[in-house]
Amino acid sequence: MIGRRKKRAPEAVLTPAAERRPAGFESHRDDVPQREVARFGHGSRVPGWDDAVDLEKDPAAIPDPATTPVPAALRAEIEAHMAKYPDFRSAAIPALAAAQRVHGWCSPEAIWQAACVMRLTPGYLISVASFYDMLETRPVGRQAVYVCTNISCSLCGADELLDRFKRETADDPDFNVRGFECLGACDIAPMASVNGIYVGPIRTDEVPALVEQIREGLPPLPGKQLHLRKSTDPGAVRAPEEGR
Amino acid sequence: MTGPTILFEDIDERGLNTIDVYRRRGGYESLRKVLTTMQPSEVVDELMASGLRGRGGAGFPSGRKISFIPKVDVDKYLVCNADESEPGTFKDRELMQKSPHMLIEGIVIGAFAAGATKSFIYIRGEYVEQADIIDAAIVEAREAGFLGENILGSGFGLTLHLHRGAGAYICGEETGLLDSLEGKRGNPRLKPPFPANQGLYQGPTVINNVETLATMPHIIKMGGAEYAKIGTETSAGTKLVSVSGNVQRPGNYEIELGISSREIIYGLAGGPPEGRAVKMWFPGGSSSPVLTGDDLDIAYDFNTLAQAKSMLGSGAIIVVDDSVPVVSVALKLAKFYKHESCGKCTPCREGTRWTVSMLERVDQGLATPMDLDIMASVQEQIIGNCLCVLGDAMAMPIGSMVAKFRDEFEAHIEAARARNPWAGEGPPDPDPVLVQGASGA
Ligand SMILES: Cc1cc2nc3c(=O)[nH]c(=O)nc-3n(C[C@H](O)[C@H](O)[C@H](O)COP(=O)(O)O)c2cc1C
Ligand code: SF4
Ligand code: FES
Repeated sequence: MIGRRKKRAPEAVLTPAAERRPAGFESHRDDVPQREVARFGHGSRVPGWDDAVDLEKDPAAIPDPATTPVPAALRAEIEAHMAKYPDFRSAAIPALAAAQRVHGWCSPEAIWQAACVMRLTPGYLISVASFYDMLETRPVGRQAVYVCTNISCSLCGADELLDRFKRETADDPDFNVRGFECLGACDIAPMASVNGIYVGPIRTDEVPALVEQIREGLPPLPGKQLHLRKSTDPGAVRAPEEGR
Repeated sequence: MTGPTILFEDIDERGLNTIDVYRRRGGYESLRKVLTTMQPSEVVDELMASGLRGRGGAGFPSGRKISFIPKVDVDKYLVCNADESEPGTFKDRELMQKSPHMLIEGIVIGAFAAGATKSFIYIRGEYVEQADIIDAAIVEAREAGFLGENILGSGFGLTLHLHRGAGAYICGEETGLLDSLEGKRGNPRLKPPFPANQGLYQGPTVINNVETLATMPHIIKMGGAEYAKIGTETSAGTKLVSVSGNVQRPGNYEIELGISSREIIYGLAGGPPEGRAVKMWFPGGSSSPVLTGDDLDIAYDFNTLAQAKSMLGSGAIIVVDDSVPVVSVALKLAKFYKHESCGKCTPCREGTRWTVSMLERVDQGLATPMDLDIMASVQEQIIGNCLCVLGDAMAMPIGSMVAKFRDEFEAHIEAARARNPWAGEGPPDPDPVLVQGASGA
């Protein structure tokens, strides 16, 4: 990521990010104040969307197994992935995904542990993690709800659906509600992926019940899950009040 | 009539995802025929004779693609592109979820024809259920001896692994996919060299879409010449189309190539809701230039759509009815491509960004009709100047919308300006962006 870098005065006081950034804000503008920067133990920045790289820091070396404890199950999973490919580096995404499942996001520990098992530098894995939408480079809630807001879904009311989801879960840090690009289920638009389970079409008035189901750990909208749907269902005429 | 049903013949049969039911339906018989009675070159000949063209977007003849693989003694690879992220497309999902063994059989046949000994399925990370189904099917196929060493005693061996992606449209582009599969950021590579010569781990590699591979067992079963009789001369066979948007019966339909588009949109998918008309439609996913309600009678096949200055693409028809403003569709689309641009080359990275800004100006009443000309020229600058075709994939549909609905864009600009307190004074807070970071997709 190449951005204009400005030397920040060392005494600059940083206010928490949440106070300055509206939700969903993304910008590369430098008239936006610097947000508080999460740093690894040795001073390098934790990767983030548009944080500039600190070129004055020495790059982190491959983590030392003696000082980097890795949970045995995670190590076994990553090593199994590495064994599948002619080049072990191919396991980068599966390894990061596995570490994310353990740590909740690609946290410094997650990256360091994956790097330690794979014998790669953390920097390499950070570069991979920051590319992919499903690898979280900031702490997020456990319950992943991806609401598709791409074209077919938005023609059927996805933007209102996402709004409603965000409102219903606004004060619950356990939720990670995101607008997402086409999830490949436009036949059940507007839809969402709830912890990997596709459900739709979702009416906005079903959102409170759905959120409650997610909180309770129940199956989300059991009657509306994708796997129940026939490929070409002549009876699948959408009722007029559904969707739009 | 919409023609014969090949891929979807038994698709809704309960338990088709298990090997027992699939074999009871005649599954893996084509593979047996290939491995026990045919040479790789004969398989390629059948594929050539069938006229099968790639179902992933580019429509390249599949037999020819395999024939490009050099006959040298190095590790060769077959990669199945199951990234399916083109907005509007959900056909591969259906095949993988309901008939994973059809795909596996196709992969083994394709790999045999290409001489590949290692194969991968690259599935998008969001398809969790489908990936689990395929993982289970791979285990079943291996236990039944259809994968692994010395398959069916033929001496041919193949390994197959499922690789889950993590959410990036650009990893559907074949070279972006290869980089991602090698464990890097999914940036497309400069071509040539093409993957057939230097692909995965620098080895010769065939990359095919799920639907393309799933069709191969059927071609072997019925014979290439017989398959070629379905469809039109230049577009043989059947195609899965995913119809979505403002239609009454969205879903996946298998059609014979060459039937009229009206029959798909109105006949199969039920057309837009009561009282509305088709304003525009994307014939092949969001990357295809839009067609209007006047174009509904054109035949749905590769060449006719190309003549209409659009494309069949992935076979995803998105219907937009007359209640939807064209500007909102254009903006949605441009934002998608801006988000998914990998940032490697300038016309795409900057062009998608500027297009979004300009469309936002149009929407907020800060634009003048001259901005439409600037926007059109930006699209022209993008087309043909990018490393991969993601840039073109935004420029073509946006360009076609501005060209075909210019009146509406101008009316939208006027109406928005009338509402806007700053009209005529320019933007209140000029956006001083000079450098945009590579936006990891
Ligand atoms: C930006 C972009 C995205 C693509 N996404 C996909 C995809 O999701 N699935 C797919 O099969 N092909 C996709 N393609 C097309 C592939 O590059 C490639 O042409 C295709 O996988 C070849 O397979 P086929 O010959 O069977 O069609 C994409 C191309 C581009 C430029
Ligand atoms: S055209 Fe866009 S997506 Fe393709 S390589 Fe260039 S920047 Fe990346
Ligand atoms: S547009 Fe929402 S799933 Fe495709």
